[in-house]
Amino acid sequence: MSILEESVASLHTKIKNQEVTVAELVKASFARIREVDADVKAFLTLNEDRALDQAEKLDKQIQNGGEVPFLFGLPAGIKDNIITEDLRTTCASQLLANFEPVHNATVMDKLGEAETVTIGKLNMDEFAMGSSTENSGMQETRNPWNTDYVPGGSSGGSAASVAAGEVLFSLGSDTGGSIREPASYCGVVGLKPTYGRVSRYGLVAFASSLDQIGPITRSVEDNAYVLQQIAGHSENDSTSADVQVPDYLEALGKDVKGLKIGVPSEYIGEGVDEGVKQRVLEALKVLKQQGAVWEEVSLPHSKYAVAAYYLIASSEASANLARFDGVRYGVRDENAKDLVEMYKETRSKGIGEEVKRRIMLGTFALSAGYYDAYYKKAQQVRTLIRRDFEKVFADYDVIVGPTAPTTAFKLGEQLDDPLTMYANDILTIPVNLAGIPAISVPCGFSDNMPVGLQIIAKPFAEETIYTVAHAFEQATEHHKARPEL
Amino acid sequence: MNFETIIGLEVHAELKTNTKIFCNCSTEFGAPPNTHTCPVCLGHPGVLPVLNEQAVNFAMKAALAMNCDIAGETKFDRKNYFYPDNPKAYQISQFDQPIGENGWIDIETEENGPKRIGITRIHMEEDAGKLTHDEDGGHSLVDFNRVGTPLIEIVSEPDITTPEEGYAYLEKLKAILQYTDVSDCKMEEGSLRCDANISIRPAGQQEFGTKTELKNLNSFTNVQKGLAFEEERQEKELLAGGEVLQETRRWDDAKKETILMRIKEGSDDYRYFPEPDLVTYYINEDWKSRIRSLIPELPDARKKRYIEDFGLSEYDASVLVQSKAIADFFQETVNAGADSKLTANWLMGEVSGYLNNNDMDIEETALTPQSLAKLIELIEKGTISSKIAKQVFADVMEQGGDPEQIVKDKGLMQISDEGELKQVVDGILDNNPQSIEDYKNGKDKALGFLVGQVMKETKGKANPQMVNSLILEGMEQR
Repeated sequence: MSILEESVASLHTKIKNQEVTVAELVKASFARIREVDADVKAFLTLNEDRALDQAEKLDKQIQNGGEVPFLFGLPAGIKDNIITEDLRTTCASQLLANFEPVHNATVMDKLGEAETVTIGKLNMDEFAMGSSTENSGMQETRNPWNTDYVPGGSSGGSAASVAAGEVLFSLGSDTGGSIREPASYCGVVGLKPTYGRVSRYGLVAFASSLDQIGPITRSVEDNAYVLQQIAGHSENDSTSADVQVPDYLEALGKDVKGLKIGVPSEYIGEGVDEGVKQRVLEALKVLKQQGAVWEEVSLPHSKYAVAAYYLIASSEASANLARFDGVRYGVRDENAKDLVEMYKETRSKGIGEEVKRRIMLGTFALSAGYYDAYYKKAQQVRTLIRRDFEKVFADYDVIVGPTAPTTAFKLGEQLDDPLTMYANDILTIPVNLAGIPAISVPCGFSDNMPVGLQIIAKPFAEETIYTVAHAFEQATEHHKARPEL
Repeated sequence: MNFETIIGLEVHAELKTNTKIFCNCSTEFGAPPNTHTCPVCLGHPGVLPVLNEQAVNFAMKAALAMNCDIAGETKFDRKNYFYPDNPKAYQISQFDQPIGENGWIDIETEENGPKRIGITRIHMEEDAGKLTHDEDGGHSLVDFNRVGTPLIEIVSEPDITTPEEGYAYLEKLKAILQYTDVSDCKMEEGSLRCDANISIRPAGQQEFGTKTELKNLNSFTNVQKGLAFEEERQEKELLAGGEVLQETRRWDDAKKETILMRIKEGSDDYRYFPEPDLVTYYINEDWKSRIRSLIPELPDARKKRYIEDFGLSEYDASVLVQSKAIADFFQETVNAGADSKLTANWLMGEVSGYLNNNDMDIEETALTPQSLAKLIELIEKGTISSKIAKQVFADVMEQGGDPEQIVKDKGLMQISDEGELKQVVDGILDNNPQSIEDYKNGKDKALGFLVGQVMKETKGKANPQMVNSLILEGMEQR
């Protein structure tokens, strides 16, 4: 077994006791990448020289009796829409193919405090728009469980790199399911925290009112360690919540006796694959055996979520992505004869089809005469969806269901059909609209591809999620399964 | 046909916070290009705005001073447009919940007397960068130092009916912004900018005529001139059977006319929507009263007080209070013991002339209220003549110092010794018999000449009244 198969807690102890050096870990990470990434294609940019230098420095620190916080020296992969100082950050767009940020995202500074080692930047759907990572303007990432299949998206590289054992953990971002759906497809653990739990400063904005950074790991415990490090209020993000960060590790190992689970009928009904549904019902059985109770509930406005989401997210994106005009950074079309032509050519050539589609949709939805019918209406729907959740949470501790209606699909299968593609996020989008936290944990396989169990909780109740997810994980073997590459 | 004119003014004022509205960059004017910038104001990927609370306080202060209702709940919106001076391709502004609404200010003009002008709204926003276009049109340069400087936009109701009222409105607005100390209001540095909308309609008609928008109005005088030109142009157009088009026109100061920039079709669509990176701000009564308590005496109140307490004329008082710096200077000079009427005369005469000629503000000179008070006292006591006083004034203005000391050092004391003066007068009369002859033949100018000769002889130090009477006496004795 590779050393990278071990848990955060185990590696932490070994590093501290000098049984393992950081250099060994970092080298193992790059070795694994050389071994499998030609197939998986999770990484867009590797940070090898700097990572090895840092590892050497950290090992000296340990030898000199320096402090060893959790996550110290652990190899991490970072989604390529999270700004990393002096390390190319492309958002998987040709428009930013040459962009090297001059500063770090807040989450990178926080990981820096713990001295994690950034191994490289991970592929994604361009500007985080997509559910399969096929919209990347750079390369096609494959699902480690079967390289003919998509890894999910938009954090496809983040999920695939963890599933393939290339890094110990990764950071992704989730606007409508972009952490949970790929986590589900790749059989790993992915958490979308409460909106405001983690600073968005340095996350290249797709839809500002929905985006949230979160950890992708192989176990629930590892996940809690990473969230612990990156959560908290930050002064440079007005939307980050000034709410105290609890000790997430304390949530692990608690029992679920008497826990009330609501299972939305909309989440196990029509459109959900039979295999997926069966795994979810089995998971509920496991939780029931441990003393939890579950009942069917309803989230009646869920059916409007995808429509509302595509209006809100695209509207915000149309403004957020307008700054990529070739004037100050990024790739500019140099042949244009005047300003307007430069804008048009730069953006026409640099931006991919799906991103263009959403910019146009958002621009239209915000236009005079349409704003009330589209953007405003969608915001009203958003309120109704939030209330749906509030009503259920008045009586239930968590909501459980599948993360996605299906398992991973084949590369190219849905590429020409955006609406089918959008439907992959039908069970994750309502959570973003409500701003609440949710996790996807592995709960078995259907047709040899992983199935994810989604656990949703109230705002800032990540602890509850971890308690339930950990209890389920400890009672099953699903998280121990590894793809053969 | 009689026409009436409808004018609405949109004023942008930069708030004088130390740092920008959404980042910590300095707002200092005149730094080398692109040195007061950071990833946030440059709109780099992933950055987020954080509101500078001082900007909110300043905006609220201005809004309160202009009698606005303050929003209990206020938020920011994105105004989307592509232009290289706008690095995010949207400006963070306020759309439907501005910080202040329904205000007013009072103005007064010679033609229409006192009048109240409504203020529709005051909202906060960030300034754009500054573009410099290459002469040959080959390229443009952009300086982002200014981007993110906090602005308030003050939109008037269409209550202004003459260019003169427009001028008076701007003067009053500027005075209020300076009194409340929220803006420097320097048009030459761009910290105050004005766009004007103007339309005319046949007198008595209910609906508004088509308006034109005037740009490049870089002084209050040009606003007035531009409006006057446009008023006439529109009238001629209509009388000739033509129509006024919805246009944006630029004031050309060299040609003294407005020039068509572009014809507007409908209104621009900025696709406003709530800024998701900022939260809604709630302004409670406590916050409001805290800001209200910081508003000093405003120009109207001060004018009233100057008339009542110092016996100044209506005119003198209005001129003095126009600039807070001058009004404060007046107050301090009087507090230092000077006569109020003489102080007003000096400030409105010599001082203001000097400032205009040298294009300076009073703070930039070496003059202090104490030195002006001393100068006035020296004149009043007869220690120096008014003429000498002007000479001393020039010194004090440029080098500063105590006027009394300057008078002593330079030996400029007025000669009021009758014996000494008589001697000089006699000498002059002896040398100018023709002038005496002329005077006696009714040529009054000859007296002036003789006084001038005495002044020349005494280097201007002779007491003019005494010289006058001594010459008259002397001539009679001859």
